[in-house]
Amino acid sequence: MPGSVAHVSYWVGDWTIVVPVDKLIAAGRHLRDAPDALFDFCSDVTATDWPPRADGRFDVVYCLFSTRLRHRIRIKVKAAEHQPVPSVCDLWPAANWLEREVYDMFGVNLTGHPDRRRILMPEDWQGFPERKDYPLEGPGELLMENPLDWLKLRQAREEADIE
Amino acid sequence: METAIHHGAMFDTNELVLNMGPQHPSTHGVLRVVLRLDGEKVVDADVVIGYLHRGIEKLSENRNWTQIILLTDRMDYVAAATNNVGYCETVEKLMSLEVPRRARYVRTILCELQRIASHCLWIGTHAMDIGAMTVFLYAFRERELILDLFEEFCGARLTYNSMRIGGLPLDIPPGWDKKVLEFCTIMDSKIGEYEELLTHNRIWLERTKGIGVISGPDAVALGLSGPPLRGSGVAKDVRKDEPYAAYDEMEFDVPIGTAGDTYDRYLVRLEEFRQSLRIIRQATEGLPEGPIVGKVPRLIKPPAGETYHAIESPKGELGYFIVSDGKSTNPYRFRVRPPSFCNLQGLRTLVRGHLVADVVALIGSLDVVLGEVDR
Repeated sequence: MPGSVAHVSYWVGDWTIVVPVDKLIAAGRHLRDAPDALFDFCSDVTATDWPPRADGRFDVVYCLFSTRLRHRIRIKVKAAEHQPVPSVCDLWPAANWLEREVYDMFGVNLTGHPDRRRILMPEDWQGFPERKDYPLEGPGELLMENPLDWLKLRQAREEADIE
Repeated sequence: METAIHHGAMFDTNELVLNMGPQHPSTHGVLRVVLRLDGEKVVDADVVIGYLHRGIEKLSENRNWTQIILLTDRMDYVAAATNNVGYCETVEKLMSLEVPRRARYVRTILCELQRIASHCLWIGTHAMDIGAMTVFLYAFRERELILDLFEEFCGARLTYNSMRIGGLPLDIPPGWDKKVLEFCTIMDSKIGEYEELLTHNRIWLERTKGIGVISGPDAVALGLSGPPLRGSGVAKDVRKDEPYAAYDEMEFDVPIGTAGDTYDRYLVRLEEFRQSLRIIRQATEGLPEGPIVGKVPRLIKPPAGETYHAIESPKGELGYFIVSDGKSTNPYRFRVRPPSFCNLQGLRTLVRGHLVADVVALIGSLDVVLGEVDR
């Protein structure tokens, strides 16, 4: 498939291919069905947050395995904060919950997902905890009651730290 | 749907929504299942998780590389040593560290002891869910022996923190290997006792045969791994496919089922007891001499890059995806692929069309640990 792979790398025994977002489904289908690839098992879907990066904030990573040929590969997609990333649930149903977790933790805009809800955090949670700009200690009880108070408290704390 | 049409004329077949959990003894922790029932038949199930979410991934990104070993204990808390091995091997892969052969052998022994302990807990609770109380008492008697072995090795009984990046914190205590072999002899006879209690027990057969059938290709597509996948006849085992620790030097078989139902998953795990004992015997008898820690730098700081490394935990494929930026002393991204999480995803497919009582049997047969599902 010409033009669908932007970059290929091999490091400490792992193959990674970087694919443009619009070619993700086509590349995934090829990897699943081509007789010398047969990646039928989706091990993991996850993301990495790189806030200062210019070409898209998130790396969405798909770890694939072939139960017949017993090899692994990683597909990587770069996506900006609100850029839609197509869901791969149709190719690998296993990605359903894994993608829900990616949405829950990073807020990646996954489109075409059959059941896009939060999975680990409560449904009315504000913010995306695994992002690098989310505070480690979290908002505590206050956020659930009043998000604006929480913001004020955080700003006050930061100002106190500067002084 | 068939029942709805059948009873349609006589009974009111409104769907009933039944909430099960999160505080329910047979959900093995805090799992909530919202069942939609037609009579006693399950039409659909919504599995709700997250009650035990502690943010281990986020926490790990703010701890240094050595401190994380302790956090991995808290994920699958009935198989802590396996989690430690998985994490340490991933970091060793990132740093291209060589682990001494003796350390790899001891790791293999610990992993397999842990597998037996985890399966003991599984067979006990699974059988108790279905109504066989005795098996629980028997299995916990043997699990106690393993916990004693672990206590002697590292001082803890549940959260071991028993690995270090590059090897082991301590060598095995004198005489420990003999005790392990003694345990193997005891365990060998006890597996027969479990079999006598369950394998041909008529109630057990009625409750497990043909319950939650899933075909091999479906199980692969759903992302099941470990015994639930092997019960459907797919011989996927990371120990064979991508050997880690000292598994490439061990001789063992990967048991697989044929029917893909709860009973076959039970048989697969039962056979895994025997294969684990076989591996422990080989590793203990062939335990090489030598150092237990490789050449590890004082400050652990892997080069910039990322890797995914999987091992076979008692529940299935446990993977770690770690990104290092090469500058700081903590990982930039720490991600765990928990086997229980992906196996639990299959519950919705498995329970459809079965009775409410079978939901309990199916949760047990997937062998989930909620500490690992939610992290």
